[in-house]
Amino acid sequence: MRSSTTRPPSTAERLLLGAIGLASFLGLWWGMSASGLVAKQFLPTPLDVLARTQYLLTEPFAGATLPEHLARSLERYAYGFLLAAGVGVPLGLLMGWFRWLDAMVTPVFDGLRFIAPIAWVPFAALWFGTGIGGPIMIIFSGAFPPCLINAYRGARFVDAKYIEAARMLGTGSLRTILEVLLPASFPAIVAGLRIGAGLGWQSLVGAELIVASAGVGYMMVQGQSNISTPTVVAGMVAIGLVGLVIDVFLRQIEAFVRHRRGLA
Amino acid sequence: MSAIEFDNVGRLFERDGRSFPALDGVDLTVADKEFVALVGPSGCGKTTCLRMAAGFEAPSSGRVLVGGAPVPGPGPDRAVVFQQFALFPWKTVADNVAFGLRNKGMAAPERRDRIAAIIKLMGLDGYETAFPHQLSGGMQQRVAIARAYVLDPQVLLMDEPFGALDAQTRVVMQEELVRIARINPRTVLFITHAVEEAVYLADRVAVMTQRPGRIKEVLDVRAIRAAENWDRHARVEDVMDLESFVHLRTHIWRSLREEKVGGER
Ligand SMILES: Nc1ncnc2c1ncn2[C@@H]1O[C@H](COP(=O)(O)OP(=O)(O)O)[C@@H](O)[C@H]1O
Ligand SMILES: [Mg+2]
Repeated sequence: MRSSTTRPPSTAERLLLGAIGLASFLGLWWGMSASGLVAKQFLPTPLDVLARTQYLLTEPFAGATLPEHLARSLERYAYGFLLAAGVGVPLGLLMGWFRWLDAMVTPVFDGLRFIAPIAWVPFAALWFGTGIGGPIMIIFSGAFPPCLINAYRGARFVDAKYIEAARMLGTGSLRTILEVLLPASFPAIVAGLRIGAGLGWQSLVGAELIVASAGVGYMMVQGQSNISTPTVVAGMVAIGLVGLVIDVFLRQIEAFVRHRRGLA
Repeated sequence: MSAIEFDNVGRLFERDGRSFPALDGVDLTVADKEFVALVGPSGCGKTTCLRMAAGFEAPSSGRVLVGGAPVPGPGPDRAVVFQQFALFPWKTVADNVAFGLRNKGMAAPERRDRIAAIIKLMGLDGYETAFPHQLSGGMQQRVAIARAYVLDPQVLLMDEPFGALDAQTRVVMQEELVRIARINPRTVLFITHAVEEAVYLADRVAVMTQRPGRIKEVLDVRAIRAAENWDRHARVEDVMDLESFVHLRTHIWRSLREEKVGGER
């Protein structure tokens, strides 16, 4: 059978090709900065960044070491994400079950969800000042839509036979929602949490642009004012790596859930 | 009293913006504690009849009564064994079976006894903690049957409940169902495409026409079973060998074949 794309590479080939891709990227970066093609204060070399990261791991910059900045960021992120999941998942489930709630909330939600998290920065600053509320609000606005949409879709399009079985067995609304709708939607919900977690983490720098007193985003802003580009890139790398770890972790959970359910 | 009555029942469905009749003037009564098997060509509306008795759908015309009153909606007094099992994949076998009993507010010790008994009866011992997807189709079907039986309902609505079983298991389950029905008779509406199964299990067999479905004829198996003393045989295959059985089966086969040929317009 002819596949619609080219032949998929084997695992070994995949590893090799991935290494080549990464090496080319680093090489290109190195070449541009080391050759002087781009001025060094605009683009630090990979080695500068490595050295700077090493330094930041133990020495404070902008009031804290990189791990300390990360810890503060993760704390804000956890609040924002948990709030998004805690509101989005139940609301999505209820919207999937009660059609009147769906009709009421969907227009509001659709009106707001294409506004990028960073667009809330001015109001976050205005309403919360430099308190923790601002970053939480921005991370929330990034993580919330997938949490809600997936829970809603999971509940709305749950296989009717499960609902019918529950009704035949004399199950009331509350128990049907908790023991049928929720578990039936669980794979969709977990997928939504994973996407929401990623989008929430992406919103972090925006969240910490203005309102933070510590945090990776704050560190990067301070790096920019001090014209320390290696600090900025070190922050980017830290965000990228932590985001990757979060994603891999949640993918494992998602795979586990699907496996338990016999889906994959 | 828990008789099921279909009184001149019609059901329209929409497809591609046009409505077409799936059932047209179904008249059938399943008397209290009677076992009626419904056979008919596929697509003739058997499942639709059962779903109306269960309360999942309402008739477009005519009336469906259970215990003399129009069906209000689904409920545990009319347990359903679905054609596609509809087990909860996130619950273990034991929890699937227990689900309906917990709605009844039954005390935990009594519930445990009931569940243990039904699990043993259905040959599911040792699978209590398994999840449905870890079981074969036949085992899943037994869980679905256990989930319905355990409610001890007045009315049992079974949609091809033995369809996914292998021939041997099927025979065991048929004998088991006959045994249970003798001990504790219920009102049963039983859909099957296996004519022999219908004749073996039922008090009466109702044959449906090709779509739009009507009741073509109803055969009283009970009278023949008593007259020919089928019950002296404990095994399905011995009953199925009897001349009176074969005669009845062949009659129904012919009746169905007319429909299939006539129905292919
Ligand atoms: N919800 C539905 N919407 C549209 N058509 C339906 C629906 N349910 C059943 N039908 C149609 O009604 C007819 C009877 O279906 P069904 O009762 O499932 O038949 P059977 O169980 O005898 O095979 C079929 O043609 C089927 O396609
Ligand atoms: Mg059917």
